[in-house]
Parts: sequence; structure tokens; C-alpha cells
Amino acid sequence: MRFAFTEEQLAFRDATRAMLARICPATAVRTAWDPASSGRDPARWKVLADAGIVGLLVDEAQGGLGRRVIDLVLLIEEAGRAALPEPLVETALVAAPLLAATGSPTANEWLARIVSGDATITTSLDGEPLVADAHVADRIIVQARDTMLLVDPRECSVVHQPTVDGARRIFTLGSDPRGLALTPGDPARGLAARAFDHGALGVAAMQLGLAARMIDLAVAHVSTREQFGQPVGSFQAVKHHLADALLALELARPLVYRAACSLSHDRVHAALHVSMARARADQAAGIAARKSLQCHGAIGYSFEYDLHLFMKRSWALSSAFGTTSFHRDRVGVVCLDGDSPPPDPFGEP
Amino acid sequence: MDLTFTEEERAFRREARLWLEANVPPGPHPSGDTADGFDFCRRWERELFDARWAVVSWPERYGGRGASLVEWLIFEEEYYRAGAPQRVSQNGIFLLAPTLFELGTEEQKERILPAMAAARALWAQGWSEPGAGSDLAALRSRAVRDEARGGWLLTGQKTWCTRAAFCDHLFGLFRTGTGKEHARHKGLTYFFVDLRAPGVTVRPVGRLDGDAGFADVVLEDVFVPDGDVLGRVHEGWSVAMSTTSSERGLSLRSPGRFLATAERLVALYRRERERGAGVACRERVVDALLDAEAYRLHTFQTVSKMAEAGAKMGAESSLNKIFWSEMDLAMHETALALLGPSAPLVEGPDGAWMKGFEFALAGPIYAGTNEIQRNIVAERLLGLPRK
Ligand SMILES: Cc1cc2nc3c(=O)[nH]c(=O)nc-3n(C[C@H](O)[C@H](O)[C@H](O)COP(=O)(O)OP(=O)(O)OC[C@H]3O[C@@H](n4cnc5c(N)ncnc54)[C@H](O)[C@@H]3O)c2cc1C
Repeated sequence: MRFAFTEEQLAFRDATRAMLARICPATAVRTAWDPASSGRDPARWKVLADAGIVGLLVDEAQGGLGRRVIDLVLLIEEAGRAALPEPLVETALVAAPLLAATGSPTANEWLARIVSGDATITTSLDGEPLVADAHVADRIIVQARDTMLLVDPRECSVVHQPTVDGARRIFTLGSDPRGLALTPGDPARGLAARAFDHGALGVAAMQLGLAARMIDLAVAHVSTREQFGQPVGSFQAVKHHLADALLALELARPLVYRAACSLSHDRVHAALHVSMARARADQAAGIAARKSLQCHGAIGYSFEYDLHLFMKRSWALSSAFGTTSFHRDRVGVVCLDGDSPPPDPFGEP
Repeated sequence: MDLTFTEEERAFRREARLWLEANVPPGPHPSGDTADGFDFCRRWERELFDARWAVVSWPERYGGRGASLVEWLIFEEEYYRAGAPQRVSQNGIFLLAPTLFELGTEEQKERILPAMAAARALWAQGWSEPGAGSDLAALRSRAVRDEARGGWLLTGQKTWCTRAAFCDHLFGLFRTGTGKEHARHKGLTYFFVDLRAPGVTVRPVGRLDGDAGFADVVLEDVFVPDGDVLGRVHEGWSVAMSTTSSERGLSLRSPGRFLATAERLVALYRRERERGAGVACRERVVDALLDAEAYRLHTFQTVSKMAEAGAKMGAESSLNKIFWSEMDLAMHETALALLGPSAPLVEGPDGAWMKGFEFALAGPIYAGTNEIQRNIVAERLLGLPRK
């Protein structure tokens, strides 16, 4: 039992944080809101690819780093801290391992392009009607029931559906999209289920980073803003709001890291672990948003101030790869409803 | 990151499970906060000691097994899984002992630890006073030098001392400094007091749940020899702080306790659902499971960090304290909601929930109230201004 990241994993996280602070400051997130633009920055994506992040899970034979989810989770968390607009979760954590798992000949071609930063790929799994980034994605993996297709979004109708977060672009796909069959039959469902869990874990990690960023913003603000002749952060009501936000975040973290570990090792209860992670990471981000806004006062409610960029990303993500309620319910289904015994609470975590 | 248990850890769990299954007396057990229950629990503590399960993480020469922190957590899990009796040795083995290991003299360790482990000497904690609760540094009980006898004369009143009515010894803070330079935190010293020494009066005080549990300890010129000072004179505050992080954090309430409560809650939910009731509580039961799981994992994370960096638990222990106490309360509230009309019953198969609820209500108060913990989290972990 060793519940800790390696020095190397932590160093990669620190480097990623520093890099994102440079290439994805809040002003860049704001730029991504511009409805007249794609909201995506190919140069930034290239930097992430060159750093090995986009292809982290891709086999070395295909040019990637051949790492596992546990190596990526902290980097996704950093993407959350930066509210990165590009589809890192969708491409690096969902599409790349899914393509690789299909073993289809075209997959290799696309994996190479993902690794080099020349392609982004997003997904519509299990009939999910909304797809992220269909306006820029080079391909979309569309799975419904027993079919899994690699679809060129330019060859099917995609309609933008504006969301609360101007930087998160979501689209509906026209019915019966056509594309290249990736894998037929039963495997499609199994692979898609696993990919869905990867996506949900990615969202959970993003939420951790978003929560941390919102807490940081509040701490910085209340430490300098003065009322009644003292920093508002010295008032106990303010302290307790932020202590609650930190509590929710710190107790959500280990659930997310454990889920990443379970996915890395294909543990039997990986899906349950992912849902546990999502339940608490979504909640932590929700609490951080509320508490941070409250502690900011009206400045936090202004569009010019950055807080809402992070709040809104968190809200938008709460329904990606399953909603918070879906994941809470899935915990109940496995641990409470089933006739089969739930996982042993005293067993291996 | 490796979340599987090693072969040794598994073997350790198996051994603990087998022993507990064979030896835990059938429940329900009497409360250790009553006179009879205390005796029952003391006898049980001796059985634990004889089988070397009393203090698994201590070195062998003091009665332990030199177990790792992870193994200690495993033992705790098995202990609660088996539904074993309440640990009346808790204040000694979990709160005083870590401080003794760190700051005690060899003589003190040899004299105190084995007797504590064997439940020959059970300990109470004497910090709070009528005028000093959250503001512990306001305490006024004092110790005056007795040069002739080589020790101190203690006078004052300690209050809310858990199980002090039945315990043998008390550890506590007393004011030794009187000058200006010794105000508040500065002039305190950490003492061991024999509760049967002349000048000590112990008055039981009933608790909300009806148990005798608490005691007021009144001291009048109680002689304590120099050998019963822990750490340096006037430096009791920092000695005591090393105990508080054990109390708030890891040792007082390890995850096993809540895993067991969550498991009982799930069983109750399933039972009530079969009767047609209880579905409305499903979300709350899900939260109980999430809480117990999060706390368990968070603790494994903490001990991994401690094992690696040799780090001590600091202000992070305040996060733990808020979390476990509020989780415990929420679980019991959920159980009572599930029980419906039989929630108020305090006897019979479900009566433990109301008793447990009453005790859980104290969690946000003792070991430093949760308001104080939130202050600590905000100031020490988030760095918010004190004033
Ligand atoms: C079951 C139980 C067992 C206990 N066992 C022991 C024991 O064995 N030994 C021992 O020494 N003590 C023991 N205590 C006492 C416990 O340590 C104190 O109750 C606790 O420290 C709070 O002190 P108080 O009760 O005087 O409350 P007070 O300090 O008077 O607090 C009253 C209220 O004011 C709030 N408050 C006080 N100061 C602040 C502040 N600065 N900011 C915000 N809010 C504040 C508190 O949070 C609380 O809500 C026990 C208590 C209980 C309930």
C-alpha cells in the first residue's frame, strides 16, 4: 500500500502547471469565449503535444509515451486549474486509448496524428446526443449500440448548442452519421463503456483543478480586500466558507486518484470508483464555486472578473461523460440496489 | 502508487481477523463510560494485550508488534469490522503515548508505556477547565515548586475529563510560570497526575447520553515529582500540541470505525427497503458510503506521506477532525431517519443507533470544536490573516 505519486509524476505536474500559466492564462480562456472564433488555439495544442501530454497514453511504438491514466491524472487536473479550452480529456484520455483498443488499421494512423498534435478527436458514446468540439475535431468517434464509427464532422451536420460556458463548445450531431466502422459487435460496447469511464475520470480531475483555482482566487481576494479597516479574510464567516471549500476538495482528491489507479490496472470496480470520484469532485467544484463567489462579493459577480470563467466550466463539465446524478446513482446501483454483494468495504481499496 | 496490500499486510490482516473472530465477546457490550462497562472493557484490554493486539504499532519491548502505520490501519479496520468493545485505553495509547515516544525520557517510557499497554494503568486527559475550553491557553490550574521534595504542588480544577471517574492517571497542562513573560501559552507545563494521590477529588458528571462518563477533577496541593513532568518546564504548550494533532487526526478516529458504521447503515437500508420504507434515504446512504470511502483513502494517502517524508501531521489534522465528526453525525442521522417510528428506542437490536447518535453529537465539540478547526484550516492551510 503506497498512496502517493512518484517524484517524476509530481515534477511533470509542476512543469505542466508552469507551462499552462504561460500558454493559458485567464485572458486566453476569455478569448476562447469569442463566438466569432473557434475558441481553440492550435499553437497552444502543439505545445501540449510537444510536451508529450496529448500522447501520454499512446504506446511508444506509435510515438507516444506509453504511460497510464495515473500518469495523466495530475496533468488533467492542471488543465482544469487553467480552464484549458482545448479538448484534452476527449482526445488524450478518451479517444486515444479507445482508438488503440479497437486495433483497427486506421487507428494507428490517427494515433500518430494525435501524438504529433495534428489531430483532435472527440466522442459521442452510447448514443450521447451532445459532442464536444465538433467544429474543430478532425474526427468524432460515434458509438451507439453495436456500432462504432469514425466520423468526419465535415461530412455530417453538426449544430452548435451554446452553453453557459462560452469556451466550451458543444454540438448536436445529425442523425445516422456515416463513417468508417472501427469495431463491430459486442466489443464496441465494452470499449465504449471503458472510454466513457476514462472521460468521467477526466472530468473529475478537471473539477479538482477548477476547484483549486477558485479557492486560490478567493484566498487572494479576501487577503487584500479591506472592509471595516481589515482584510475581509480575517472575518470568521469568510474563513469558514473557504475552509469548507478546501475540506470538500481535499477529501475528493483521493477518490479521484484512486479511480485513476483503478483504471490504470483495469480493476474490477473501476467504474464504481470513477463514479465515486465524479460524485465528490463535481460536488467539491460546486462548493468551491459557491463559496468563492460569496467571499468575493459583487466583484465576483462581474463579467470582467475571472471567477465566472472557472465556475462556468465546472458547471458545464458536470454533465459531460455522465451527469453528477448519474454517477451518484451508479454508486447506489452497485452498492445498494444490486442483489449481488457490493465490494467489500474492508477489501483492497 | 500501489493500492494493493503487500503479502505481509494481507497476512497481518488475516491474523488479526482470525484472532478477533475467535475472541471478541458477543455483543452488545456495555458502554465503557459506565462503571461496570469500564471494568468489562479493562478486562478486554488485557486480553488484547496478552495476544499482543493492544498497541500493534509500538515497538515490541513496550508490548507492540512494531507494525507499520498501514498495518495499524488494517488492525483498526478489522477491530471495528469485528464489532469489538470500545477502547477505554484510548486516551493513553492514542493521545499520550505518541507524545511520550517523542518527548518522554527513557525512564518515563519504561515506567509508563508497558503498564498503559497492558491496561494496568488507564489514562484520562486533563486539559479543559471551567474557564478554559476552546481557549485552552486561558487555563488557570497551577503548579507551585516544591523544592524540598523535588517536585510540584498542583492546585485547580479540570473538567469534562472523559472516564476520569474510573481511570488511574491523568495527563494535563498546568500553569508554572507567573511572570509577564509567562502569559498564556508560555508558562504551561505538562504533568502526569496519579488520580489516587492525596489532594485529588474526582467527581463524576453525567453526560447527555446518561452515562457517568465525564468527571471533574479537583486538585488541592497535589504533589507530583519532577519525574512526572513531560518535556521541559514552561514548554507544555508545544508538548500538548503534539498530542492534539494525534487526537484530531489519525489515531483517535481511524477509518475502520466509519467503514463499519457505513456497512451497518447499508444493511439497515436494505432491510428497510424490503419493508417498503427507506427509499427516500437512498441519497443519504450513498453519501455515507462516499464519506467513509473518501476518509479511508485520504488516510492511506496521509500515512503514505508520513511514511515517506517522515512528516508529522500538522494542521491537516484539522481537516480530518471536521470530516470524521460530521460524517459520523450524518450517518447516525440517516440511520434514525431509516428507522422511522422505532428511531427513539434505545434498547433492542436497533437501540445502538440512538445511543450512537447521542455520542456522535459530541464529535464536533471534543478534540477542539469544529469552529476552531475551521479557523485553523483557514489560517494555517489557506494562509488567511489571523486578525
Ligand atoms: C464528550 C466529550 C468529551 C470530552 N472529553 C474531554 C477530556 O477527556 N478532557 C478534556 O480536557 N476535555 C474534554 N472535553 C472538553 C472539550 O475539549 C471542550 O468541550 C472543547 O474544547 C470546547 O470547550 P467548551 O466546551 O468550553 O466550549 P467553548 O469554548 O465555551 O465554546 C462554546 C462555543 O463557542 C465556540 N467558540 C469558542 N471560541 C471560538 C472561536 N475563537 N471562534 C469560533 N467559535 C468559537 C465553540 O466552537 C462552541 O461552539 C470533552 C468534551 C466532550 C463533549
